[in-house]
Amino acid sequence: MSSSGSNSGKRHVRPYGDTTGDGMIQVSFTLPVPHGPRADGAALQLAGKMGMDPAMVVHSKPIGADFTFFVVYGSVKHIVDLDEVRVVEREYPLLSPSEVNATVKKELRRKLVVVGGCIGTDAHTVGIDAILNIKGFAGEKGLEYYRELRVVNLGAQVSVPELVKRSRAEKADAVLVSQVVTQRDAHIHNTQEMSAAFREAMGEKRPLLIAGGPRFDPLMAGELGVDRVFGRGTTPGEVASFLVHALRRKTGAGV
Amino acid sequence: MGDLLNLDPNVVAKARQLAARASEPVIALAKAHTTVAVERATLRLAGITGADTAHRAGDVPWVNRVVDTIREHCGLEHGAVLPAFDALRRHDFANLTELAEATAAGQVQYKVPAGREAERAYKLARTAVGKGVRTVDRNRAQRDKLIARLGDPAQRPWIYLIVATGDIDEDVIQAGNAARAGADIIAVIRSTGQSLLDYVPEGATHHGFAGTYATQENFRIMRAALDEVSKEVGRYIRLTNYASGLCMPEIAVLGGLQRLDMMLNDSMYGILFRDINPIRTFVDQRFSRQVHARAGIIINTGEDNYLTTADAVDAAHTVTVSQLLNEHFAHEAGLPDSLLGLGHAFEINPDIPDSFRLELAHALLARELFPDAPLKWMPPTKHMTGDVFRGHLLDGFFNLAGVLTGQSILLVGMMTEAVVTPFLADRDLALANVRYVLGAAGNLREDFRPAPDGFIVKRAHQVLGEAVDLLERIVDDGLLNAIADGTFGLMKRPPTGGKGADGVIEKTAGYRNPAVDLLEEAR
Repeated sequence: MSSSGSNSGKRHVRPYGDTTGDGMIQVSFTLPVPHGPRADGAALQLAGKMGMDPAMVVHSKPIGADFTFFVVYGSVKHIVDLDEVRVVEREYPLLSPSEVNATVKKELRRKLVVVGGCIGTDAHTVGIDAILNIKGFAGEKGLEYYRELRVVNLGAQVSVPELVKRSRAEKADAVLVSQVVTQRDAHIHNTQEMSAAFREAMGEKRPLLIAGGPRFDPLMAGELGVDRVFGRGTTPGEVASFLVHALRRKTGAGV
Repeated sequence: MGDLLNLDPNVVAKARQLAARASEPVIALAKAHTTVAVERATLRLAGITGADTAHRAGDVPWVNRVVDTIREHCGLEHGAVLPAFDALRRHDFANLTELAEATAAGQVQYKVPAGREAERAYKLARTAVGKGVRTVDRNRAQRDKLIARLGDPAQRPWIYLIVATGDIDEDVIQAGNAARAGADIIAVIRSTGQSLLDYVPEGATHHGFAGTYATQENFRIMRAALDEVSKEVGRYIRLTNYASGLCMPEIAVLGGLQRLDMMLNDSMYGILFRDINPIRTFVDQRFSRQVHARAGIIINTGEDNYLTTADAVDAAHTVTVSQLLNEHFAHEAGLPDSLLGLGHAFEINPDIPDSFRLELAHALLARELFPDAPLKWMPPTKHMTGDVFRGHLLDGFFNLAGVLTGQSILLVGMMTEAVVTPFLADRDLALANVRYVLGAAGNLREDFRPAPDGFIVKRAHQVLGEAVDLLERIVDDGLLNAIADGTFGLMKRPPTGGKGADGVIEKTAGYRNPAVDLLEEAR
């Protein structure tokens, strides 16, 4: 964990509007207050409490009789301390598909088996498909494209027992689950249920567990009981590189 | 719509012939089979309602108890109607709900009646189903009356907006606000996962995931609320829900009984995106579309989905192929062009050169191929990145493409797509976006004449050509094999696989279904 970026020399920063240190930001929100001077005043009060000083309501518009929408510009007094920033940084090298294939072939001497799916009631396969489908995502081919990976995509709405059963039958080295729906923290509960089921069924011999989805925080791996969490914008190449890295780590020197 | 693309009528005719030929074997399969869902839908038309609240598995609809028990006792090869009404008559029950209660208590032994017994059971059933069909007819007449009184939206495209709170009471509030803000059509998104339930939940519901359960009571509540709002805003607000999934026929019936106006009903969506068994889907789809035809419900097909998984340029012709197949299946089931909300979408990667011209070419191709269909134009989702400002601009271009190519139903794009469920303000901004484009460029179509040998025209011809080529391959391979090979949306779905396969039953010669008879006689 470390700070990064082009401002590496500076420890303290503020938002940049058009001058260093001006702290300028723009926010928009809706208040359940009828449009009028009182609503504008309420918006200013909220902006003040958010640390915006001075704040300007540059746009306020009624939405129906009971709501008002605002756009507010202003300077925030808060200061960001980059030394206190905690993120998961990629701790493994990014490999090309041919490097991934070569490593698996050399060190595993068989295909690496990846089982994936959306668990629970989640029917949104966009995420898992972006990683697994040959079509891929963001110009990168999906894991199906990797010659030395064998991909079993179970699709949408896979139950946890079914996932465990299939993973065992396929002798999965890694299991990828995707969760998009976050209502009432469904993505967290589902993933915890999944990791608990694998621990119970297989103990130490469980496959590598990976959770992915746009609303996951990569810092949550421990809480979710998985080996890695991938958030928004993850590409297939990152996942493939991680698989090679993690399996290498898991089995000691070789993959 | 004029003739801007100068499509070769021979090529268009060939495309339709190929689509018909590709569909034929599948239609034959659909006619030769029934499903548990078709049988349940028939009994729902015959008046069965309610659920067994005492069952250990939670609320199981009575219709599921009855159909499952009939299947156990005597199979469904003859349909559920003969055994059900034979038992009703023998036990002298007043209605199907009494029969269901007795079934749950283990007091009914079902059998397939023969001879005069069979005729008596059929007559009784036909009377009961006829009542349901008449309710559907009355709803259709009522819709016509309300439209005559209140009027249709003043403009095309009609503005289609989604609500999805999970709680029907909250949906009612949001739908009312959306209609007041300019929406002409309200779609209530279903709870994720409902498409794979092999029963329709009961009653008013308040705890859906990313959507609200489709139930008969929820349909009734929302339609009643929209009738009130329609009076207030002075135009008939249409209601949309989803038929697709394992309960397609039943939900179609409930839609007809509660005067829904549009239903999502794609011939292949369930197969491709929900991994529902292909045969189950084609059987269910045919029956549900026969019901929609009777109810005057506009179907919405799901071609937009292909483009979210496959590339919108490379796979453009698969959309055209699917539209042609959906059209043929729909015509065969009795739906006229005016009820064919064929879908397509603005999903081309905005970073590629001429992406907007490509969109115009594809949208215009759909418009000219299906001049009388109320085409449904779907907004960008795949290339919405979370950059809401860029997304808002993209939605503006989507709206512009919609008005420029004469689309009929415009699903309003949200800049928060792929971020959060839209805030109140997001929906307001999205509608302001639509209003601006409609006001500023709504009549631009009059001046829009793509150059006869220009990029747009050439691209449209190319896509149509590729569609014809693909249809030829599908005719050669068989549609079921094409689906198994991943032709659509890159999903590979073999005909023996998928969910709900065990609910497919081959009909015997003695199969009787008064619903099918009544729906087909009317044509």
